[in-house]
Formats: sequence, structure tokens, C-alpha cells
Amino acid sequence: MPEPRPCGPLSRYASIYLALVKNSAAREMGFKSNFLLWIVVDLLWFALQVCFISVLYLHTDNIGTWTKWQVVLLTAASNFIQQIFQALFLVNLTNLSELVRQGKLDFLLLLPANTRFIVSLRQVDLGGLVNASAAVAVMVYAAHQLDLHPSALQVTGFVVLCLLGVLIHYFLMTLLAATCFWTVKAQGIVWGYYNLFNIARMPDEAFQRGLFKTFFTLAIPMLLVSNVPTRVLAGKLESPGTLVLMLVMAVVCGVFSELGWRASLRRYTSASS
Amino acid sequence: MRKYWHVISIGVQNNLAYRVNFLARALFGFVPLLAMLYLWRTIYEGKGGATATIGGFTLAQMISYYLAVQIVDALTAVNEDDWAIAADIKDGLISQFLLKPVDYLWYRLCLFSAGRMTYIGVVALPLTLFILCFHDHFMLPPSWSQLGWFGVSLGLTALLQFLISYTMAMLAFWVLEVSTFIFILYAFEYLASGHLFPLNILPPWLQEVMFYTPFPYQLYFPVSIYLGEATGPKLWQGLAMQVFWVALAYCGARLMWARGIRKYSAVGG
Repeated sequence: MPEPRPCGPLSRYASIYLALVKNSAAREMGFKSNFLLWIVVDLLWFALQVCFISVLYLHTDNIGTWTKWQVVLLTAASNFIQQIFQALFLVNLTNLSELVRQGKLDFLLLLPANTRFIVSLRQVDLGGLVNASAAVAVMVYAAHQLDLHPSALQVTGFVVLCLLGVLIHYFLMTLLAATCFWTVKAQGIVWGYYNLFNIARMPDEAFQRGLFKTFFTLAIPMLLVSNVPTRVLAGKLESPGTLVLMLVMAVVCGVFSELGWRASLRRYTSASS
Repeated sequence: MRKYWHVISIGVQNNLAYRVNFLARALFGFVPLLAMLYLWRTIYEGKGGATATIGGFTLAQMISYYLAVQIVDALTAVNEDDWAIAADIKDGLISQFLLKPVDYLWYRLCLFSAGRMTYIGVVALPLTLFILCFHDHFMLPPSWSQLGWFGVSLGLTALLQFLISYTMAMLAFWVLEVSTFIFILYAFEYLASGHLFPLNILPPWLQEVMFYTPFPYQLYFPVSIYLGEATGPKLWQGLAMQVFWVALAYCGARLMWARGIRKYSAVGG
């Protein structure tokens, strides 16, 4: 047995994650046709959204100031964020309630690594990455239709903001999934999160000032998650304040998420076997 | 007959255990609906407000459409019945039905109705409150007879929804994982049944194509009766088509079951 090399926590977690990815890939390849069919399912739903926009714009030219291809760009960006989120986190968070119900969380708590890290990243859904690239293709096409020539800074900003969007989804979904420590069966609640994705791909100007818009900007920032990156890419950003707002909201969600997670874990009582 | 009443009563009790889940599902479901209604309001305002029409609908009709969809959905949508059936087949739980004098299709239909009854019991209040928030725009059926036909069509819709899901779940006899197939069908249903938007905003040729499929009869048709769109010959033809699709789906369900049973084998127990 070779001696384990002493290494920093970052490279240790990187190597753990690499092992998890390999494990997930092996698992997925065990059911190849199923893996491919899930990709088809997600592509179909994405196509459905684009269809909806095309039908809407048969009857109108603008939603607020958003034109057809700008909304397509928004939908694709939103789908991109959703797919990355799905690839990294979604399965793990939906499985949390089963771990709690069956008491399997015991084993994860005993592992010599951060429990939240293991719980959140245990499985990687590689199909999500394939679908994310389909979303990128649609974005490129929409940008071409809009005759956009984004600068390197814009593209970088877009990517960073998208990742921030993924994190916001992750923070909020963790809070939601953690309710299973109280209710045990939280699957309905977790799937309810899909409904929030539906809002994230709506152009923000579809909502006039009001409770709805305020709530989904300042409490659950769904109207920032995809709208802000898209605005940056399409050169539609009205003020840099929006960027700061998204950043602040990400931090706030992160703090609440960690506090909520800790409070939930304290409730865990295992299950008799 | 008594045994099936018993199934319904057990089904209701089982479902009541998940009432919080039902409530959460319903409440979360209102969020995208609300977003959709705001989206349409903004589009109508861009076109000149209350007098503008899209696909022949005024804003009030459009809002009523989406609200009526919610009502039909609450009363008739299949909720995890397909997954439960597939799991029964995969786990070998259907073996007992081959031995008992209980017909599996009727048994499942009873559980489906029990599920719907419980669901309505839980969401009736929040749904009513939600609709009341839009009372300015919400329209009732134009006449009592129209309301009556709406009820008849609802019954057929529920049967069609159930039978199609049942038939799809029968795929579990042949494939390990049926969810993908169910989701693919669901995507088509979502569009072609008029869940996402009323079918009359589609280009006319596409509408015509849709009406050759069973999907509009799973949702759009009862809603159009409710709104007073389908009257006279359109109503009769639609109802006849609905009966036709229900009969076809019933035959499909029976056929798939008969085929599947020949292939079925259970281990242990």
C-alpha cells in the first residue's frame, strides 16, 4: 500500500470529485439506452419552450422591450443554467429525502469529508452536460439572428453570471430539500422547484412593478438568475446596479442555505434498521 | 361491486397521508400559472389593452382559459398513477391480481378516482381563492346546459387520461425504465392538449393536425365547452370523438395487458 500523499484540502476534494464523476459515468453507461432517452426527453422539453415563444411572437412583436430572438436567447440561457444545475446537483438533492427516510445518511455522515459536499455532489448527471451544449448551440444561433458581436468581457461576464445562477438554484433547492428532515417525504416539494425554473426563463419585463416581481427579485431571485446574464450578453443591461444586486442576492441565499442546512442536520435522528 | 368501493376508500385514506405533498404541489403550481397570466396581460397591453384579441380571445377569455385548465387538470390529471402501475409490474405485485377475482384495470381506476377525490378535497379551497383573485376576468359557462356538457366531457377526459397512462405504464412489461417514455408522451400532451397555450393561437393548419390526435380531447375540448366555444355540431362531434378515443384507449389498455401477461414472469414473492 502506498502511503497517502499529504495534500491540501482543495486537491483532496478535487480527487474525491473525480472519483465520483468516474463512478457516475460507469453507472450511466450501465443503462446506455436509458441515458440517451433522458437526453431526448430534455431536448424535447427545451424545444417545447422555444415553440411556445415562436407561437407567442406570431401574435406580438415585443414583450416589454424584449424581441423574439432576445427571448429565445433568454430561454436558451435559462436552459443552460438549469442543465448545469441538473448535471451537478439535482439528483443528489432529490435523493436527500430518501437518505433521511431510510437512515442511509448515517454512512455519509461517517465519511471523512464534508457532509454537504458529499450529499450535494455524490452523483453527476452527464446527460445534463450534453443538453447544456444543445442550449449553447441555440444561444449561438439566436445571437447570430440578433447580429450580436459580444466582446470577450461580455462573454466572460455571461459565463460567470450563469455559474452564479447555478449556485443560486443550488442554494435555494438545498433549503427546500432540507425540509425533508421535518416532513420525511419531501419529494413533492422538491419537484415543485421545477415550477420556479418556469419563472426563471420569463423575460423580467413581462411583470410590471408589483408584489410578484419584488418577491421573485428580492426574496427568491428567479427573475435575476437568467435575465441578468442574458441582458449582459445582449447588451440590454440598464445599470450596473443589477449586477451588484444579483451578486448580493447570491451571497444572501448562500448564507441562508448554509444556516438552514446546519439547522436541518441537527434534526437528523437516523432510522431504525 | 362492493370490493371496488373498498379499494376507493382505502385509496382515499392512503392519499390523505400525502395531503401536505398535494398542497405543496398545488401551491407551487400556482406560481408559473401566475407568471403566465402576467405574461399575457403584458402582451395584451402591448396590443392595446382590453379590446385587443389574440386568436379570437380577449384578455378575459385568455385568463379564463388558463383558470379553466386548472379546474380540468385538478379533476382529471393523472398523478403518479402511471409510475405506480409500472412499479407494480416491475416488482411483481400484479401476481396477486392474477389469482384474485379483482380486475387490475378497475382496481387502478378506483385508485385513480380516489386520488382525484383527495386531491380536489385538498386543493379546492386554494384553487377557489386563486380564481377569486381574478374574478374581474373570470367567466362562467354561458348556460346551464353548457355546464352540464362540460361535466359529461370532464368524465370522458378523466377516463381518457387514465386509460392512456395505463396503456403507457404497460410498457413496463417490456422495458425496465418507463419514465422516459412517459415524459416524452407528456411533452406532446403538454403542447397538443392546450396546456401551455390555447390551441386557437396556432396557425390553422397545425390546429387541424392536432385534432387528429387524442391530445386535445384530454384538456382543450372540455375547456372550450366551458368557455362556450364548442356549441352545436362542434359540441356533438367533439363528444363523439372523445367517446371514440376513450373506446380506443380502452381496447389498447386491454390488449397491452393481455400481451404483457403472456410475457410476464415473477420470481419469489
